[in-house]
Formats: sequence, structure tokens, C-alpha cells
Amino acid sequence: MARMKFLCDSDRCIECNACVTACKNEHEVPWGINRRRVVTIGDGKPGERSISMACMHCTDAPCAAVCPVACFYGTEDGLVLHDKDLCIGCGYCFYACPFGAPQYPRVGNFGGRGKMDKCTYCAGGPQQDNSAVEYMQYGSNRIAEGKLPLCAEMCSTKALLAGDGEIIASIYKERVQQRGYGSGAWGWRTAYREELPA
Amino acid sequence: MMRFVMALALLLPLGGAMAQQDSGAPAGGAPSVQSVAPEVGSGRGGANNAQQPSSTAPETQTGGPRPAPIAPRPRVAVEPIVAPPPFTARSDTDATALEAQRAEQGGVIEGAVSIPNQAAGILVQPAGRDWRGFRTRILTIAGAVILLGTVFILAGLYFLRGPQRIDAGRSGRTLHRYGLFERMNHWMVAVSFVLLGLTGINITFGRTLLRPVIGAEAFTTLTWTGQAVHQFLSFPFVIGLMAMVLVWARDNLPSRVDIAWIKAGGPAAKGHPPAGRFNAAQKALYWFVIGGGVLAAVSGYLLMAPGLLDNVTNQQWAHVLHGLMAMVMMAAIIGHIYIGTIGTEGAFEAMATGRVDYNYAREHHSLWVEERVAEARRLAAGAD
Repeated sequence: MARMKFLCDSDRCIECNACVTACKNEHEVPWGINRRRVVTIGDGKPGERSISMACMHCTDAPCAAVCPVACFYGTEDGLVLHDKDLCIGCGYCFYACPFGAPQYPRVGNFGGRGKMDKCTYCAGGPQQDNSAVEYMQYGSNRIAEGKLPLCAEMCSTKALLAGDGEIIASIYKERVQQRGYGSGAWGWRTAYREELPA
Repeated sequence: MMRFVMALALLLPLGGAMAQQDSGAPAGGAPSVQSVAPEVGSGRGGANNAQQPSSTAPETQTGGPRPAPIAPRPRVAVEPIVAPPPFTARSDTDATALEAQRAEQGGVIEGAVSIPNQAAGILVQPAGRDWRGFRTRILTIAGAVILLGTVFILAGLYFLRGPQRIDAGRSGRTLHRYGLFERMNHWMVAVSFVLLGLTGINITFGRTLLRPVIGAEAFTTLTWTGQAVHQFLSFPFVIGLMAMVLVWARDNLPSRVDIAWIKAGGPAAKGHPPAGRFNAAQKALYWFVIGGGVLAAVSGYLLMAPGLLDNVTNQQWAHVLHGLMAMVMMAAIIGHIYIGTIGTEGAFEAMATGRVDYNYAREHHSLWVEERVAEARRLAAGAD
């Protein structure tokens, strides 16, 4: 199986936030939770750039390493998913995550964290694929339907790429070669210990 | 009206003549470049036709003194707007290099977000990797070493040296040491602390030690309950600590006797160096528990409600402080429990019944006994 990754070409991202909206709509994500967000570096200054960021499904994921109840599991596609039935909402994965991906509904004691929610790469959770209970907890399972994550699929400038890591890396390299510039693959060094030439 | 029309009629042939002249060479004397205020022909009020002033005296201004003219605004130095470099020349940001730099030198890659959660503006925080190392290695290994080390040392002490006996044997007479409030407060703090410690140990080590034994679902149920217990019991613990400050702080103030007690060798001394109601080791433990408890409580409350610390770096530091403080305090309290129960004969009944044996008190807290005896004598003398 392929190793699935995300790649955001910040020279193409126009900060339209459509990926954010599409994700929220596709998965009926609860109020106040953003599985994906767009961060603009140097906002309003020359050379500003926007990067769409969600869970990067890291190699040797820090969240999985620190979880006190070991609720994370990997898939054949290299995705990092979690079991909400096991999660206790302690917040450790948020402390460890380099990308701020884990989100928590504020339902616990003292306004504390509920069960963690994060990007599933549109691959649902541990339950049976596309079952009602899976949809309730994790949103839709597009991977099981043979589709790629919606955020990348509907990106209007094709800045956000999802799919086999080698294929999207080659697409990005080709772009950089053709246009003569590029800022590199954001988060790849941290998430995959892999460097794409800028 | 009639006169105006007639004047207009008179002018018409004149205009026609001028138009004819324009079509040919420019009239002599006509300016080659038209001035801003066009010159007026002699027929329409030239220089001589202008209204002449009736007096040569300088004009006086009307409407009172004119306000002083407004000073011109001083020039503000304006930074010239530099044209941005062309797109092809601006790839100065290199994600990989930026991430490598932050990973080595600390800091986060941060930007602006248009969602309400402003903390999401942190794009990449490589410090999470260091915190991961703390949680999976430093805290677990150091915690295990501190806790097991304490237990081993105490076990060695118990089996090699044996418990501290009352040298003179029990006298059969007892002395009032702790009041009901003091004891109840002590046990409230003790029960809270033990449960806080056990649930905390479960969070830190349970994944490795307990989860494989009882299974994932049962372990989640236990840990879920445990974290709720941990949060709720923090309140009796902190309230109890504050009560301890009120009732015991005065007797725990350091004094000269303590220096002598330490110089004599403290707990390892031959015989029993004199001590007041609390000896120097007890005082040290007291202040350590108060200070450490405050630190652990503050960092714990900051972790408890994520809204209080909306910055992941601060939350990591709060956890580091909380975890280390908790481990050291647990080790200290294990020592306290040993000394207060099986380690010292006659010590436990102080917190259980409130009364200690007279010989125990005389050996461990000689100055306090003298105080109590003197006070009793004074009371007896007063009653006579």
C-alpha cells in the first residue's frame, strides 16, 4: 500500500479556507473544532504565505507515543488514527503534536477536554467502514470509498495535495522546476523526516 | 434684458472677424502659450477698465483680528514603499530550513489564522518532540528511579537497622499531641494525596504496566475515572494544605534548636538531640509539602482547564513542573509514611488517637515536653 501524505504548496495557497469549510461540512465536525486550518505567515507583509495544516499523519507519531491509554493505531496507508472509545481527553497528544492537530470539545469537568478529535485523512475510525456509528464519531470514510481527502480534492488552486507521498512529491518537484521557485513542503521534515528541495 | 441682447448682437461681427484671423497666421501680440488666466481684450475690461480703489490708504481688515495662520504640518518621515521583489526572486522562505532551525534553536513557526481559536496560529512547534522525550523517557525513568529507590532505601533501613524503638520503653502515660481538627485535616490531605498519587502514577506508567494486564477497555474506564478523581480530589488536598498553613506554620518556623539538631546528626544521631514540637526534618518536610503542593496544585489547575493556558509551550512546562514535583513529593511522602508508621515506635498513635506515649515524646521532642510540663505545672498552680 501507498504511504499517504499531505503536501501544501504555499506558493499556490490563496487562503480561501475552502479546505477548512469542506472538512467541517464533510465530517459534521462539532462547533469550535477545526481539523484543518489555514495559517498565514507574515500576514499583510510582502512575501506572506499561507499554509493549510491538519494532522500530517507522522511517521513515528508523537501523539501515539505519549498517549497514556494508547488509543492511537496506524493503518496500511501510513495514517495515524485514534479510537475515541479509548481516549480519555487528557491533552497529552496536543502537547506533543508539532502541528497542533488534536482538538478537544470542551465538555469535561471544569471546562476540560472531551474526547480528542483530529483529521482522519477522511478514513474514519476503528468501527466498520461507513457505518452510522463511525460517521457519528469520526465523519465520513472517503478512503473506504476509494476517494482521497475532500480538502485536497476540492482545493481550487490545487495547492493542497493528498495521496501517495511519492506521487505528490513528484508533482510538487515538477511544479518547482517549471516555475523556478518554491518554499518546500511545509512540515515534511518534522513529520516524515524527509526533505523536498525548495 | 433688451440691452443685453443688443450688446450681444454688436459683438457678433467682432467674433466673426477674430475667427477669421485665427484661421490664418497668429495675430501679432497674441501669446504663443496660453497663460493660466487668459488675457482679456480691451473691449471686455482690460487693465484700464479695472475697478480703481477709491483711496490709497492701506485696506483695513474687517471682522476683528484675523487668527494666526495655521502652522504648516511638519513633514513626517515616511518610509518609502518598496516594490516587492518579483515572485521568482522571493523564495527566501524555505520550509525545511525553517523547521530545522526551530528544531535546533527552539521557538515555533507561527502565523495568523482567521478562526476563533487563535492558538491554532502555531503552525509547527518542534518543542513537542522534547516534551515527548520528557513524558516517555525522562519522567518515567526518573520517576521509577526516585520512587523505587526510596522504597529500596527504606526497606534496607528497616531490615538492616530496624525500626526506631522507644529506648526507655512505654511509660503507660500519654501526652496530648494533636487535636481533632489537626488529625482530621491531616487524614483528608493524606487520603487525597495517596489517591492523587495513584491516579497520577496510572497516567504515567499504567500504559506499560497495567494496560497489557487488564485490557484496553478496562484500562480506559479505570484511567477515565482516575483522571476525574485526580481533578476532584485536588480541592480537598489544596484546602487541607491551606489549613495546615494555619495550624502548623508557627510551630514549624526554623529556630536555633534545629541547627543544633542537624549538627548532632539529625535522625542518625546517637541518642536523641533536643527538639521542639517538630524536629528539623519534620519542619523540612512540612515546608517542602507546602511549597511543592502549591507548585503542583497551580501547575495542575493550569492543566486542568485548558482555557487557562492557551499556549501549547506553557502547557508543556506546566506538565513538566507538575510531573517532576509530583514524583519528588511522592518519594518524600513515602519516607514520611515509613517514619510515621513502622519506622518509629509510638509515632503513628499521634495521628491516630492524638496522644503519644510520654517516653516517646521525651525522647523525640524533649523541648516540647518541657514546655507542656511547665504549662501543666502553671495550670495546676493556678488551680490551687
